[in-house]
Amino acid sequence: MSTWHLINAGLLGFMVAVAIAVAALRNLFAAVMLFAIYSLSAATLFVALDAVDVAFTEAAVGAGISSILMLATLAATDGREKQHRHRRALPLVLCLALAVVLFAGLHDLAPVGDPAAPAHVHVAPRYLSETATEVGVPNVVTAVLASYRGYDTLGEAVVIFTAGLGVTALLGGHFRRRRSGKNGDV
Amino acid sequence: MIAAAAVVLVVSMAMVLVRALRGPTLYDRILAANHMGSSAVLLIAVYGFFDGRPEFLDIALAYALINFIATIAVLKYFAYGDLGAAGVREERNDA
Repeated sequence: MSTWHLINAGLLGFMVAVAIAVAALRNLFAAVMLFAIYSLSAATLFVALDAVDVAFTEAAVGAGISSILMLATLAATDGREKQHRHRRALPLVLCLALAVVLFAGLHDLAPVGDPAAPAHVHVAPRYLSETATEVGVPNVVTAVLASYRGYDTLGEAVVIFTAGLGVTALLGGHFRRRRSGKNGDV
Repeated sequence: MIAAAAVVLVVSMAMVLVRALRGPTLYDRILAANHMGSSAVLLIAVYGFFDGRPEFLDIALAYALINFIATIAVLKYFAYGDLGAAGVREERNDA
């Protein structure tokens, strides 16, 4: 078991190294590649932590769709980051303060897999016992997503739809303009 | 034995990561990202067998597909300068 703890620590170390490199790099294309590596490390870590569905989402959205969208954005802009003129002390202090708060909050987390954790004793037993009669769907996760938390899922769908509209408006308009430009209109 | 294979995979990922961070050319970084995906696929498969749940192989296969699509997108970006608007453009010109 300690071998896998070591591997988890190694994957976390990869993510830290990649994050620092992304912050330091000026070449945006290399940053996109490093983001893909970051997402793949995170997805592997999620699988090792038994969160397979989250890992799927991370690999498909983080490593797949996000990389493609960022590449499309790079095709529309320049490939190099501009040099910043402003000072960086304030963001650093803010990030360090947030890190301190988050690490302080770690002590209140329940151990991984603890059946007596608050998340597992609040409403989960009712979902497990009443899904068959209240919803009638064989899969409990589906019942929670589509029925018990239906409004929540609807809100998520609205957020994703809005994000898709924004991306289409930003990137689609650019490619149409350039296409018509190459056809000789401009 | 399986744990040893996993350790070797993580060491290989570390070496790929060095190439991604230092890589002088962009192609080094593309290859590093692709190889990182392949290593992740292998690591997930190994983890599935270690944990007694070989059905993790399905996840590894899905990751392999995502990795392939992402690499295709990156190479298209290099070949055409954008993401596959080339085919659409030709159809519009024909019509």
